Amino acid sequence: MSGKRQFRIWRGDESGGDLQDYMVEVNEGEVVLDVIHRLQATDAPDLACRWNCKAGKCGSCSMEINGKPRLGCMTRMSTFGDDETVTVTPLRTFPVIRDLVTDVSFNYEKARETPAFAPPADVAPGDYRMQQVDVERSQEFRKCIECFLCQTVCHVIRDHEENKQAFSGPRYFIRAAELDMHPLDARTDRKEYAQAEQGLGFCNITKCCTEVCPEHIKITDNGIIPMKERVVDRRYDPLVWLGSKIFRRGETPQTSVTTARQGSATPGSARGGVHSHAGGSHDSRAETQAQSGVNWHREVPHPTAPAVDDRGKLPLTELTFDRAAAPSPFGDDVTFPLPPEHLNFAHPEQDNKH
Amino acid sequence: MTTTTRIERHHYDVVVIGAGGAGLRAAIEARLAGKKTAIISKSLFGKAHTVMAEGGAAAAMGNVNSRDNWQVHFRDTMRGGKFLNNFRMAELHAKESPQRIWELETYGALFDRTKDGKISQRNFGGHEYPRLAHVGDRTGLELIRTLQQKIVSLQQEDQREFGSYDARIRVFSETTITELLLDGDRVAGAFGYYRESGEFILFEAPAVVLATGGVGRSYKVTSNSWEYTGDGHALALRAGATLINMEFLQFHPTGMVWPPSVKGILVTESVRGDGGVLKNSDGKRFMFDYVPDVFRKQYAETEEEADRWYTDPDNNRRPPELLPRDEVARAINSEVKAGRGSPAGGVFLDIASRRSADEIRRRLPSMYHQFKELADVDITAEPMEVGPTCHYVMGGVEVDPDSGAAFGHVRGLFAAGEVSGGMHGSNRLGGNSLSDLLVFGKRAGGHAASYADGLTARPKVAVHEVEAAVETALAPLQRDTGENPYTLQQDLQAVMGDLVGIIRREGELADALVRLAELRERVAKVSAAGGRRYNPGWHLALDLRNMLVVSECTAKAALERQESRGGHTREDYPAMEPKWRQVNLVCALDGDTVQLTRKPLPKMRPELIGLFDRAELAKYLTDEELADFDALVADAGEADNR
Ligand SMILES: Cc1cc2nc3c(=O)[nH]c(=O)nc-3n(C[C@H](O)[C@H](O)[C@H](O)COP(=O)(O)OP(=O)(O)OC[C@H]3O[C@@H](n4cnc5c(N)ncnc54)[C@H](O)[C@@H]3O)c2cc1C
Ligand code: SF4
Ligand code: SF4
Ligand code: FES
Repeated sequence: MSGKRQFRIWRGDESGGDLQDYMVEVNEGEVVLDVIHRLQATDAPDLACRWNCKAGKCGSCSMEINGKPRLGCMTRMSTFGDDETVTVTPLRTFPVIRDLVTDVSFNYEKARETPAFAPPADVAPGDYRMQQVDVERSQEFRKCIECFLCQTVCHVIRDHEENKQAFSGPRYFIRAAELDMHPLDARTDRKEYAQAEQGLGFCNITKCCTEVCPEHIKITDNGIIPMKERVVDRRYDPLVWLGSKIFRRGETPQTSVTTARQGSATPGSARGGVHSHAGGSHDSRAETQAQSGVNWHREVPHPTAPAVDDRGKLPLTELTFDRAAAPSPFGDDVTFPLPPEHLNFAHPEQDNKH
Repeated sequence: MTTTTRIERHHYDVVVIGAGGAGLRAAIEARLAGKKTAIISKSLFGKAHTVMAEGGAAAAMGNVNSRDNWQVHFRDTMRGGKFLNNFRMAELHAKESPQRIWELETYGALFDRTKDGKISQRNFGGHEYPRLAHVGDRTGLELIRTLQQKIVSLQQEDQREFGSYDARIRVFSETTITELLLDGDRVAGAFGYYRESGEFILFEAPAVVLATGGVGRSYKVTSNSWEYTGDGHALALRAGATLINMEFLQFHPTGMVWPPSVKGILVTESVRGDGGVLKNSDGKRFMFDYVPDVFRKQYAETEEEADRWYTDPDNNRRPPELLPRDEVARAINSEVKAGRGSPAGGVFLDIASRRSADEIRRRLPSMYHQFKELADVDITAEPMEVGPTCHYVMGGVEVDPDSGAAFGHVRGLFAAGEVSGGMHGSNRLGGNSLSDLLVFGKRAGGHAASYADGLTARPKVAVHEVEAAVETALAPLQRDTGENPYTLQQDLQAVMGDLVGIIRREGELADALVRLAELRERVAKVSAAGGRRYNPGWHLALDLRNMLVVSECTAKAALERQESRGGHTREDYPAMEPKWRQVNLVCALDGDTVQLTRKPLPKMRPELIGLFDRAELAKYLTDEELADFDALVADAGEADNR
């Protein structure tokens, strides 16, 4: 695999720049960051690029490689074709400082606005007791290495500078989720905060953030969606409301999707397979229920109505909005008619078949 | 004058250089003491080296084995450091680390738990009981994120009180300090540049805490990042402070050796703690052949016994794979030299054949991930190829154990974390660094704050010193005749790796000193292409002089110490020499040459030395010291009889 390879690297600063071509030596087993280091040591000593650990642990070397946000130190050269040109550009969502280095202070500002952990008032240091299963949900989010790849990929701000003010981005949604799920956090308004202050409502669950996360954190399924559902519990949400009207089985009239966990499971046509709408909830019961048929507590991506401004209006006008007509009040991720598997409906007689 | 008037100036009470565990903990303490505090870091906030620590933080909480307590931890630390540790630091560390870990929980940390809901603790090389608080294998990340978030929470308090997040604690990220400025013998400030813009910045402050980490970038094969150029060591020297124990470098036994691009990156010790074993190319589990006499009693002699230990540690002795790092590194080195190495020049670390794939993925998630993505090796299916990598410097700024104040002739300078010396003696135990950062970070921050309080007048920064600092910093950009900094770095790495590496010899060390002197000339003439904005070539050019002076300290001290101990192995003096245990080698700067002096080690207090067996002490102490010990025991016996 050794030999010269074609690289195109964006060089420039805030006043502009362009892609420059380099032919560089590449050896077996190398990653993109190695090649950049080789360039620094040879043709381009002042090529600016962040890095620290070279092992995918610090989240410094974020860049866009052939258009995809990735860690330079975790992108092996062997994943490209032998004569494929590798194009490296800085993160698009943040202002360029120089070459591959961007100004990521947006993220630190959002971090600073997110309310910190609130320690429980009456527990002394050393007396914290938590079960492993209870900390695991938050621990998933604490794996975050703050590479900001999810931030750069999110379409809400990727090409919409104007949304940055109101939108914290997936990294900080999972920070809120992490604290929400922390067994001993004393604050109880994390979800409401995410909705009201972090712009959670802008997110329409495209899952791009989850896709690029190098730590494989299920940002949407385990973080954003549960946060949204819990928020809608307490707000008007057409679908939850619809679900509770269409079907009310016996003892559990449901108005909430996640708060009551003890609802009756309805065994239905066993679909087998592993497909589940339980969204990696870590709730094995919900998971099996989902697999065996209708699950009333499954964490289906529920739509959220877009957040309204202080006049009670949707903050977007047709003039500035990116598509014709106003956004759907059900959220842009919902298409009608609803796919049947998203409806909480079980045939009254299906139990009898068993 | 013109050059200096336009420099951005800031006034702080305490300036903390370094945003790793030690720096952040120090800053929190200084801010809690009401001081206006700045945190300075070469990389972004939250990316410091501490992020890379995997295994855990050692603290004798006794959550997993209730027999653990500070005395046992103290004993392990002294043993690991081959009794060269500053005993007072080891004592403070063992006593205070549980509180420091518990405190992290109140900041929001989520450690892995035991069944009864306490912080879980894992086994690690050199620790008698399971002692390392951990989060999977990303403990450093948890530690730094927690401290980072604690700082944010303090900033939020200030925002509520004063209307500004930065009112009392501010982070200057991607800012490098190149010079400490003095007023007589007192620290008056720090000078540096923003990496982003190349603009200069001056901090005026009466107290500076150094928490800049280590020196590993002077070696080719290293687990350390570009930040580790020994800046803090060099800043301290130039300010008139002293360094001790610089000959002791820890080579982590298990760095990745394949593929070449990841050479040096660490395979955490927990792989061995969780059942991984080392094998040579004959498939032999060779560590049984390398148990030194001093450890014979604590380590298993047969594979069967070693394997039983994982489930029944109370009735079996530990597997020899868990010997302290220096022993394991040397063993691997010998196997490779004897021609029993792996294809890429290491040995095999095998966990695949010993634990189920599921268990490996659950217990070592980031190792699994790292090998999969970096090397395309599935550690649940095949063994890893590993070899020694430069990992940690035991040596550092000589400090007062209680306050972290630097010795030498400078006041107002404090040091904590890897940049300070003494705590770990000649060899650091895994996991002792993270807790060291917290214990001594807190102490240094607190004492820096009270030092600043105690001053009647603020020291003043002299204009001509700032001018000189500007000139030095700009010099590489203004020269275009000198060499490329990357070439110089490679040459320096070659000298250190080849001549001042794991196994050292007199002739090679002398040779190294000659070559370092040559390099010094070349580094003085280095030139960097490009401008001032985010120019890594220029940054490296400025770091080089720090790497160089620190390397000189290491080479000089390594030549002087005629024995082998911990992280210093002399082929020509293979034995540990009790006489040398009484000596610390102290480096100071005279003009720009490194001066070496010998200094006696402080004497351990009776109640502490009494924690050890006579038989064990006999391996380390001189006859006179042993006689003292016997007298002590006799006294104590009489006192009991009375
Ligand atoms: C791969 C790896 C794994 C490890 N695993 C463990 C483990 O499991 N357990 C354990 O206890 N220890 C472990 N260690 C050791 C431990 O991580 C380090 O010793 C420790 O993190 C050092 O922390 P620190 O606060 O002293 O400095 P660091 O965290 O290294 O921070 C240094 C800071 O100083 C800043 N700085 C440096 N120079 C300048 C300058 N000139 N101007 C401004 N800022 C500057 C840097 O930007 C950085 O912010 C490991 C180390 C490595 C490399
Ligand atoms: S799922 Fe939401 S946060 Fe994630 S990329 Fe899509 S819109 Fe952004
Ligand atoms: S959530 Fe994932 S992608 Fe986003 S910053 Fe954290 S590690 Fe990066
Ligand atoms: S260099 Fe740390 S994640 Fe790539």
